[in-house]
Amino acid sequence: MSLKKKIVDFFTRKSQVVEGGGEKAIQKQKGMGKLTARDRIKAILDDGSFHEYDLFVEHKCEDFGMDKKQLPADGVITGTGTIFGHPVCIYAQDFTVAGGSLGLMHARKITKIMDHAIKLGIPLIGINDSGGARIQEGVNSLAGYGEIFYRNTLASGVIPQISVILGPCAGGAVYSPALTDFVFVVDNISKMFITGPEVIKTVLGEEISMEELGGARIQNEISGNAHFFAMSEAECFEQIKKLVTYIPWNNGKKADPFPVKPPDPTTDIASIIPEDPRQPYDVRDIIRAFSDDSDFFEIQAMWAQNIVIGFARLNGKTVGIVGNQPLVLAGVLDVDSSDKAARFIRFCDSFNIPVITLVDLPGYLPGVDQEHAGVIRHGAKVLYAYSEATVPKITVILRKAYGGGYIAMCSRHLGADFVFAWPSAEIAVMGPEGAANIIFKKEIQGAKDPDAMRQAKVQEYTEKFANPYIAAANGHVDAVIEPEETRDYLLHSLSIAIDKSELRPKKKHGVPPF
Amino acid sequence: MSNPEEYTTLIIDDATYQTKYTKKYERRKKYAAANPDHILAYIPGVIQEINVKVGDTVKWGDKLLVLEAMKMRNDVVAPKDGVVKAIKVKTGQMVPKNHLLIELH
Repeated sequence: MSLKKKIVDFFTRKSQVVEGGGEKAIQKQKGMGKLTARDRIKAILDDGSFHEYDLFVEHKCEDFGMDKKQLPADGVITGTGTIFGHPVCIYAQDFTVAGGSLGLMHARKITKIMDHAIKLGIPLIGINDSGGARIQEGVNSLAGYGEIFYRNTLASGVIPQISVILGPCAGGAVYSPALTDFVFVVDNISKMFITGPEVIKTVLGEEISMEELGGARIQNEISGNAHFFAMSEAECFEQIKKLVTYIPWNNGKKADPFPVKPPDPTTDIASIIPEDPRQPYDVRDIIRAFSDDSDFFEIQAMWAQNIVIGFARLNGKTVGIVGNQPLVLAGVLDVDSSDKAARFIRFCDSFNIPVITLVDLPGYLPGVDQEHAGVIRHGAKVLYAYSEATVPKITVILRKAYGGGYIAMCSRHLGADFVFAWPSAEIAVMGPEGAANIIFKKEIQGAKDPDAMRQAKVQEYTEKFANPYIAAANGHVDAVIEPEETRDYLLHSLSIAIDKSELRPKKKHGVPPF
Repeated sequence: MSNPEEYTTLIIDDATYQTKYTKKYERRKKYAAANPDHILAYIPGVIQEINVKVGDTVKWGDKLLVLEAMKMRNDVVAPKDGVVKAIKVKTGQMVPKNHLLIELH
């Protein structure tokens, strides 16, 4: 065969497989508001940067008539490319080919690109759109899943892993996203669950739609499995691209610096917090007031809203921010908010991102449901994550820091490098009301007018203890600062902590209270 | 900034905070102490056999019924000595988790 003929032959072969599941299946996919696998990859990556591998991979299944079936690219597209110049490995399951079902070779393509990402030290993006295991391939299909999970675990803390759910992702398949760092979902398109509505109906007699069971909203608002919610695939891709700019390529690097832009100068940071410590405000307003470009990239914005997590930049460098949110449940720590914060702190620590903690919480959420759900174990994750983290840790106590909540929110005692407090800070074992009722119980009960006595004692306690100066007198707080000085103190402490190194006892790994 | 009229209150250590609830917090179930005389389905399933009738005296560990769930036939046994006061299910009935099966007294 001449080279010319060989090239014609190549184009013929290629054109057969790049079509995926064919025109009819592609139209069906588009009818559901979904892009095809290859179009999704192209939409996420920089123009012309996608380089595809393993296009000619074929399945090896011979049972159930599979030997007569050709599945283009075995239902998954893999390759490399760039996002704003940052290199990534990427794969996308192709629902138009046998419902994106996962067989052994399909899985091998995924594990190959995962191995690549780990070796090269670049982020991995996985787009999930699959009906699940390819039943005809039996245990080999299960083997494929297992090999993916194993690599997700090995890659955890080494390279950032991003999962994008753009279709069904059910049964065992959901454990790959669950093992990764960030899960993106789209309204009405993403569906995640271990057992689907049909099984639940048969076994339990409970009827529920896929959307209500494991749709994008549920995974964001209720379960906390997802980190980002979008109304369309296009919006989702913008979120992914933005995220990539905040995180480093791997755990040996720092995130790329960004051009420095000061925050909006018209914001008055000192006027955001109400005087009465029982009145709420939005902690995100504080974050924006001191962050570059007044920009805060929030993660898990819909779940456990009593704590806020996300990325911002200070002098162009990425920081992770954890802040109690007085606007929701008074900013308490509870089962979900502890899980949310702890995991984020561990991500930041793995990827050399300094953690800034903003404290304003009355304590832990009381309730039988909380105790029975294991708030002890879940709450302990926050202590573990902060204590374990060796990245620069800077804490700003804005207002209330009471009791166990004070300790948990990256106090000096858990290894904070810098602890600053605003003059409005109240660092005490509990709030004045509770403390007065305990300390002055006899005086209050014995008084002619117990209410007036209680008021007086609350006032007395407030004046004596509801301030930052006792903690400052003991060195638990490094500096009491004006709200307007916050950005300056943060920039300075970050700049001098840039080469921080902390040695820890040698161990294989800890045993966190998962 | 949100509208103060949307705020609700949360009491922690005798202090009343103005704040908002999450959906999950609003949906939380109120705790009710378990009644030791009530035998509840500990797993959703189908009643395959009922081995006692009203008025029977049962001892701790006696088989009361068979609840099939997840392809397993589970014996539901008496958690204490007592007399069967009422049977709230029929053979073949599908029951959700925590459904009342039998009352003892």
